[in-house]
Amino acid sequence: MKQLVQIFAAVIIFALGLQYLVVYLNAEQGYSGDNTLTVYNWGDYIEPELIEEFEEETGIKVIYQTFDSNEAMLTKIQQGGTTYDIAVPSEYAISKMKEEELLLPIDHSLVPNLKYINPRFLDLSFDRGNEYSIPYFWGTVGIIYNASLLPEGMEFDSWDDLWDDRLDNQILLVDGAREVMGFALNSLGYSLNDTNEEHLQEAKRKLNELTPNVKAIVGDEIKMLLAGEEAGAGVVWSGDAAEIMGENDNLDYVIPKEGSNLWFDNMVIPKTARNIEGAHKFINFMLEPENAARNAEYVGYSTPNQAALELLPEEISEDERFYPDVELTERLEVYRNLGKRMLAHYNELFLEFKMHRK
Amino acid sequence: MRNSLKNVYLIPYCLWILLFVVAPIVLIVYYSLFDIEGNFTFANYANFFTPVYMKMTLSSFWYAFLITLFSLLIAYPAAYLLTKTKHKRLWLMLIILPSWINLLLKAYAFLGIFGTYGAANALLEVLGIGSQQILFTDFSFVFVSVYIFIPFMILPVFNALEEMNAGLIDAARDLGASGWTTFRRVVVPLTMNGVKAGCQAVFIPALSLFMITRLIAGNRVITLGTAIEQHFLVTQDWGMGATIAVFLIIAMAAIMVLTGGRKRGTQA
Repeated sequence: MKQLVQIFAAVIIFALGLQYLVVYLNAEQGYSGDNTLTVYNWGDYIEPELIEEFEEETGIKVIYQTFDSNEAMLTKIQQGGTTYDIAVPSEYAISKMKEEELLLPIDHSLVPNLKYINPRFLDLSFDRGNEYSIPYFWGTVGIIYNASLLPEGMEFDSWDDLWDDRLDNQILLVDGAREVMGFALNSLGYSLNDTNEEHLQEAKRKLNELTPNVKAIVGDEIKMLLAGEEAGAGVVWSGDAAEIMGENDNLDYVIPKEGSNLWFDNMVIPKTARNIEGAHKFINFMLEPENAARNAEYVGYSTPNQAALELLPEEISEDERFYPDVELTERLEVYRNLGKRMLAHYNELFLEFKMHRK
Repeated sequence: MRNSLKNVYLIPYCLWILLFVVAPIVLIVYYSLFDIEGNFTFANYANFFTPVYMKMTLSSFWYAFLITLFSLLIAYPAAYLLTKTKHKRLWLMLIILPSWINLLLKAYAFLGIFGTYGAANALLEVLGIGSQQILFTDFSFVFVSVYIFIPFMILPVFNALEEMNAGLIDAARDLGASGWTTFRRVVVPLTMNGVKAGCQAVFIPALSLFMITRLIAGNRVITLGTAIEQHFLVTQDWGMGATIAVFLIIAMAAIMVLTGGRKRGTQA
């Protein structure tokens, strides 16, 4: 009995010690106050020198933390206990955060540099009037392909090219119902926000015919698999494409002519923010054309900042893969929030497509 | 006095069962009765009996069956050999060791091994067979699952073999039974409980595998586990996800009853 009590005591002391350590470590790195600013961003998604310059210019100390998925970011902010002053979610996560009232409105008078943003990227369906979010980077969904693995003369300029017989067992798809249903709808000439049941069924039937060409439907591993030449073609987000192309020169990216999805990562101020003034300063700082241009050059994604775009070297700003011309841009669409029921239906159809065997 | 003390000891157990067994099941059943907009409905159950989910259920059972079968085929002889070796505890530990490594890491390792330019294909080239597509096939899915589940099959079988009185085998041989007959009529019936425990420990989790279906099978294999994950995380249709979970619970209970009912295998 005595031994049992001793063991119990030891376990409790050990647990309390660990708890103390956790609190201590949290205080050490996560504290936020008047003179610090906690930025919560995707990994490797900012030019590090800009953070230093911001600190010098404003005297605010920046604590930079990273996440690797919108879901992880959402959960952390929902749980509370964090003190993030800035976060950079994608547009669908922004609608969700808005619905759950996790965001603070942005005072536009404190962000004068908003005028540099191309109006095309403002006032979009997920955040009318940009009340809660300011564009950081944007991108598309398209086809990435590895000419060295594909038959001679294969070219991609249309979604229909994916259905080519020569691509047998060569395509990797991202595991996203909106993305996959979206390109099927686009290939039929419909909107990727289409809710017409006949159109959706038609898209699903068309996807079933794609099955022989599909090697796998995967998540983030798609980057590793494509860079490792595991497959000849893939449907990916342009951001991922830029990353893969950085690793393997044989790959090229194209936005199909029928149109595609236009996505955003925007800066927001979560409800947990302590340094709201600093957060506004940071947003404004990042929108400064020169800063935005350097950031875009470092990160490699497409900047929504018109003035910054003009500062970028031509080989970047003229790259139609990442800055498509006006005509094609007109055909890009932002995902509209279709409502839970429609989203469930999209997923149901996507699931049926996944279950369709060769 | 003694009786009341006993009751005090029962409190943690009862609390545990109530909080972590009864409450979750009640919650799952509760959620399964609501549709995506939060209205009370039985539609989820009707939906489960549509061809899509029936097909998914059948394929889940088929793959779980294959995984259990191959696990048993490998684990039984392995456990049998282990009991004959000198440092059996050490060998056993070496087999169990991989289960200390995170499942995700192991799955990623197989992405490399089975890839087009991976070790497995390099070996096939050397053997003159030529490289094959291994990743994202039924074979790779079953192989990796078996690899992951094998410790759970070996352990109970090994324990059953260890507990068996070795004198019984000598007795059987003395009485003129051949090696095969001894195995069939003495060893197998006496280790049946271990085999059943192992099959339960493999079949039940195999039914609701999900991550491996994406990483190793490239979503070419869709199990009920995949569907649950999707309903809870992506579509947020908790009702449908919970409904599938209810059917899984029923299926698992049925398996437990079917395999655990008889005390000892008297057939064979």
